[in-house]
Amino acid sequence: MLRLSGIRHLYGARVALALERFEAGAGEHWLVHGASGSGKTTFLNLVAGLLTPSEGKIEVGGEPLAKLKGSALDRWRGRNVGIVPQKLHLVRSLSVLQNLLLASYMAGLPSNHARAAELLEKLSLKEKAAAKPHELSHGQAQRVAVARAVMNRPKLLLADEPTSNLDDANSVQALDLLQNQAQECGATLIVATHDQRARARFEKRLELIT
Amino acid sequence: MTLAGISFAYLRARPLAAALNVLLLALGVATVAVLLLASRQIESRMLSDAKGIDLVVGAKGSPMQLVLSAVFHIDVPAGNIPLPEARHLSAHRAVKKAIPMALGDSYKGHRIVGTNHDYPGHYGARLAAGGLWEKPMQAVLGAEAARATGLGVGASFTGAHGMGGEGEAHDDAPYEVVGVLAPTGTVIDRLVLTDVKSVWAVHGTEGEKDEDQEITALLIRYATPLAAATMPRQVNANPHLQAASPAYESARLFRMIGVGIEVLHAFGVVLMLAAGLSVFIALTNALEERRYDLAVMRMLGAGRGKLFGLLVLEGLMLSLLGAALGLALGHAATGLIGGLLAAQNQAPLTGLLWLSEEWWIVGGALAVGLIAALLPGLRASRKDVAGVLAEG
Repeated sequence: MLRLSGIRHLYGARVALALERFEAGAGEHWLVHGASGSGKTTFLNLVAGLLTPSEGKIEVGGEPLAKLKGSALDRWRGRNVGIVPQKLHLVRSLSVLQNLLLASYMAGLPSNHARAAELLEKLSLKEKAAAKPHELSHGQAQRVAVARAVMNRPKLLLADEPTSNLDDANSVQALDLLQNQAQECGATLIVATHDQRARARFEKRLELIT
Repeated sequence: MTLAGISFAYLRARPLAAALNVLLLALGVATVAVLLLASRQIESRMLSDAKGIDLVVGAKGSPMQLVLSAVFHIDVPAGNIPLPEARHLSAHRAVKKAIPMALGDSYKGHRIVGTNHDYPGHYGARLAAGGLWEKPMQAVLGAEAARATGLGVGASFTGAHGMGGEGEAHDDAPYEVVGVLAPTGTVIDRLVLTDVKSVWAVHGTEGEKDEDQEITALLIRYATPLAAATMPRQVNANPHLQAASPAYESARLFRMIGVGIEVLHAFGVVLMLAAGLSVFIALTNALEERRYDLAVMRMLGAGRGKLFGLLVLEGLMLSLLGAALGLALGHAATGLIGGLLAAQNQAPLTGLLWLSEEWWIVGGALAVGLIAALLPGLRASRKDVAGVLAEG
C-alpha cells in the first residue's frame, strides 16, 4: 500500500528525515514515534504529498507519488488521504457540518450529506452539527477533526500527535476513535507521536532517529 | 457547499469589517450615481426645455441670464423690451415663429407667464381639464403648478409681484383658472400661463398705446438655418435688445458647472479607490488570520486556483454589496434632492430612473473589488501548507 525508499529530506542543510525503507500494508495501523525534532511531522507531510522529498521515492498503491503534480496531487490527497493535524485546525467560520462537507468539496467530490450525517451520529456530534468550532469542547473538536479526515473514506489516515495535552482517559478515547474509524474505512493508519502511552496499542512501530 | 458559500461565511464571521468596507465602497458609488443621475436629468430637462428655440431676445444684458430667465425660468429677467421692436423682429423674414413672453409676477412661487397659445403648443402641451385662455385675466396652470397650488378649473387667485411670490399681491386683479395642462416633462409644468394682456392689465398698462407697451422676451424659431449666422448680430446691434442662443448658453453653463461636477465625480472615484484599498488591506489581514484555514483547505485537496478563487470571490462579494447599496443610496439621495427642488418649484429630479451608464458604475466597483483581491488571492494560493500546519 505505502512504500518509502531511500528518503532524505532537508530543510536547508539540515537533514529533517532520513529513512532507508518503510512499507505499510492496506489496513495496517502504524505508530511512528521518536523524540521531538526526529522528523515525525515531516514523515507525515511527505506521505500526504504536502512535501516532496529531497531524495528518495514514495509509492502509494504501487504508483510513485512523484508522478502527480499540482492540482492532480491536491485532488489525490483530498480523495485518498485523511489528515488529523496536531492543532486540529477546524475552520472557525464554518459549522461542524460545514467543516465535514468542506472535505468533500475541497477534494472535488459532491457534497455527501448522508456520509456527514452518518459520521455525526456515530461520533455523537449530531447535536453539534450547527455549532461553530469555538463552541466545542476539545474532545468534541477532536472528534470533528477525525470525522473530517475520514469523510471521503481515505486509503491513508494520518494523525499528528493526537494525544498531546490529553489525560490518560482522553488519550485512550482519541486513539480508540482513530483506530475504529481507520478500521471502518479499511484505511492504513499512521499515528505520529512522542507519547509513550500510545506504544502499547500498536504492534507495528517505526522509530525515527535523526 | 460552494466557494461563494464559504466566502460568504467568512464575511459573516467578520461583520463589522465587512460592513465598513461595504459602506466605504457604497459611499463612493452613491456619490458617482447621484452626480450621474442629477447631471443627466438636468441636461435632458434643459435640452427639452430649449428644444426648438433657436434664439431668445430680451433686454440688453447677460445672454445667460436671458436664457435662464426666459427659457428655463430659474433666473430673473434683466428688464423688458419695447413691443414695437418685438413685433418688428417677429415679422422678420428669417423668423418662422416668435413667441412673446411677459414676466413679472408669480403665484406661490410659480411664475405667471403672459404669452400666446403658441407657447403651450411649442411644448406639445395637452389640456387635462378646461380650455386655453380666451381673454385677459384667464389663466391655465401647468400640471405641477396645479398640483402644488391645489387650484383647478373655476378657481381664482391673485398674483404677487416678483418671481418668488414674495412681493406685493395684486389683490385688485384676480385671475380665473380656465384650464389645467397635462404633464409634459418640461418647464411649462411649473408655470401659470395667461395672455400677455393680463400682465399689462395687472401692472396698469393695458390701456396704453402699443408703442408704449413692453414684453420681457421673445422666443424665436428661425425660418432658415442661415439666420443663425446673421440674426444674433442684427439683434445685438440694437441698443435695447440682447440676443442669446439657448443651445450655446446651455453648453456654456454646462462647461462652467461641469468643472464642479468633475471635481465631485473625482471625489466619488477617490472614495471608490479608497474602498478598494480598504478591501485590499482587509483581505491581506484576513489572509494572515486565516492562514491555518487556507492551509487546511489545501490539506483537504483544494488546488491553488480554488484558494485564489475564494479570496477573489470575497473581494467581488464586498464590491457587489457595496455597489448595490451605493446605487440604492444614490437613487434615494437623488429622489430626496429632487423632492427638495420640487418644494422650491425647481425642476424636480427623480430617483426612480435607471441609466445604462449605471452598469459602468457596477462594473467599476466590481473591478475595484477584483483588483483589490488579486494580490491576496495570489498569496493565498502560494502558501506553504506544510509549513503553516507545522507552525500551528
